[in-house]
Amino acid sequence: MLKQLLASVALLACASAASAEVKVGLITTLSGGGAGLGIDTRDGFMLAVEEAGRDDLEVVVEDDQQKPDVAVQIADRMIQSDKVDLLTGIVWSNLAMAVVPSATAQGLFYLSTNAAPAQLAGKGCNPNYFSVSYQNDNLHEAAGAYATSADFKKTFILAPNYPAGKDSLNGFKRFFKGELAGEIYTKLGQTDYAAEIAQIRASGADSVFFFLPGGMGISFLKQYADSGVDLPLVGPAFSFDQNILQAVGDAALGVKNTSQWNKDLENEANAHFVEAYLAKYDRLPSLYSAQGYDTALLMLSAMDKADITDKDAFRAALEEADFASVRGDFEFSASHHPIQDIYVREVIKEGDILTNKIVGTAIEDRGHAYEDECKM
Amino acid sequence: MTPILIAEQVLNGLQSGVMLFLMAAGLTLIFGVMGLINLAHGSLYMVGAFAAAATAAVTGSFLLALVAALAAAAAAGALVERLVIRRLYDRDHLDQVLATFALILIFSEGTRWIFGSFPLYLDIPEALSGPVTLPGGIQYPLYRLFIIGMGLVVAALLFWLIARTRLGIRIRAGENDREMIAALGVDIARLYTLVFALGAALAGLAGALVGAIQSVQVGMGEPVLILAFVVIVIGGIGSIEGALVGAILVGLTDTLGGIFLPQIFGLFMDPAAATQTGAALASMAIYVLMAAVLVWKPTGLFGAKS
Repeated sequence: MLKQLLASVALLACASAASAEVKVGLITTLSGGGAGLGIDTRDGFMLAVEEAGRDDLEVVVEDDQQKPDVAVQIADRMIQSDKVDLLTGIVWSNLAMAVVPSATAQGLFYLSTNAAPAQLAGKGCNPNYFSVSYQNDNLHEAAGAYATSADFKKTFILAPNYPAGKDSLNGFKRFFKGELAGEIYTKLGQTDYAAEIAQIRASGADSVFFFLPGGMGISFLKQYADSGVDLPLVGPAFSFDQNILQAVGDAALGVKNTSQWNKDLENEANAHFVEAYLAKYDRLPSLYSAQGYDTALLMLSAMDKADITDKDAFRAALEEADFASVRGDFEFSASHHPIQDIYVREVIKEGDILTNKIVGTAIEDRGHAYEDECKM
Repeated sequence: MTPILIAEQVLNGLQSGVMLFLMAAGLTLIFGVMGLINLAHGSLYMVGAFAAAATAAVTGSFLLALVAALAAAAAAGALVERLVIRRLYDRDHLDQVLATFALILIFSEGTRWIFGSFPLYLDIPEALSGPVTLPGGIQYPLYRLFIIGMGLVVAALLFWLIARTRLGIRIRAGENDREMIAALGVDIARLYTLVFALGAALAGLAGALVGAIQSVQVGMGEPVLILAFVVIVIGGIGSIEGALVGAILVGLTDTLGGIFLPQIFGLFMDPAAATQTGAALASMAIYVLMAAVLVWKPTGLFGAKS
């Protein structure tokens, strides 16, 4: 009898110890061409985790190789054998669409460090899904707003032919009041833009908006600079992020781009973040690093307030977003997407290093276009 | 749609064609002489680009960067041939595909390990940057003209090598009858290493030349590899002439299709739908071309009749 009692007490003790522990699955891209983005996400996230120094938190990191099928396998394994409570880290929207709906349906929390497709913001929104970064359209909308305020009359727009590319051009058009000189969908992964640049030259445009993430943007910018076409360029932050600017070189100098964060944003959290990141990893943080860091801060703030086994309490704690964001003010809309200012940055040179500085605000307190479609 | 725009696009097509030729030439030589399907050819292209970027960063010289690209890719090619490929000649194509696919992964992660995950910087040399005005008022980047010229010179050298030199005779003999030239006392193992290194050097050169106007990053070779396979299938596997004609056909189709198909659809559809349909069809254009050529000539344009 005593033995049984002792055993059940021991069991209970184990169970309560296990429930106090939060287990996080970080799925991101750590190999292949897109690895830079995932590495920055991970490093930003882990910086906040290490600074918190909590012993009731465990993070499992896995590489999704930028492949949806791999991401799904990893998520399944993390949910079933690692028993994680919360998933995060996915960079690419197509991977997020493969993982997030099934994870949230199984009752897990998903905090997005980057990908925030329209489907998950509108009809497919979920109480357990939070986007800490933005809604995918936001930076493109801000670019449209900036192009309008810069008094561009005839803009040539281009993006890759895939869902995020279409969202990009639609987002831009939503806030751009001028006329379009042309609209092109390029092939995803295209590396030569000579043909598109020739069309831009022939179109009589007065400015160019482009969304070409990763290597595509590097190729486009180098070729554009060499073509002799010197119309002003506008784009979302992705092609001007800290981790790829050095590969673009001086071709990027002076280009205006939109972002919800930059390293010179004046607030205490950001100053600390930039300094700590530089000290720890010996490189400047990128937008992805900042998003990873903020996501971890949000999660830690919720852990202070509620036990993750009490899902409703933990969700309410997340909704409060009671943390010092590197973006300054931060709050969630009803659909769990940020309401935030989006800035215009300009590429400059600090010594030998290319970086950005904020030159204005494109849109203030922007939520997103799909808010009304979200019923939860 | 002005004649100037059309002329500029034809030049663009030509430029992408000659670069494809540098890739496809090595691929088709290796397949022709050794009967080997080398999926890792794209990795050698990447090796060339990274070697060039690293050398340019240290020395600041574009010429040295090109030399380094040639040397590094040739050395990587020779090494891979001796260590791995040599064991695969007698195996069937499936084994070769499997082993060379493994090589892609090893090269990609190895490069990432050495150079890090972020793209490298390689720029056009000062003397070749900026546009020039061609007769007829076409503004065209000088560097792209340089690439076209360079590609054509290399093509001419390659034809000369194969048609006029002893090595060329051996390569052609190797394509026809491996056992016989071995019986005649040619060191076949050395010949294979040489051909492989030559093909690798061409890929490395293409990687370095293109790297200056594109992004030097891990995995940059694979999209080009797919196009290069389309080229050698269209041209006829094993034929250098076929690779040249096929590469220029693919370059022109790819470039012109991307521009003109959306405009053609625009004549009878609303602009948004025309852009989308045109863009979708344009990305299929080279495969449609390949299918059409194969229906007409099942072994490719210059393929051996079997």
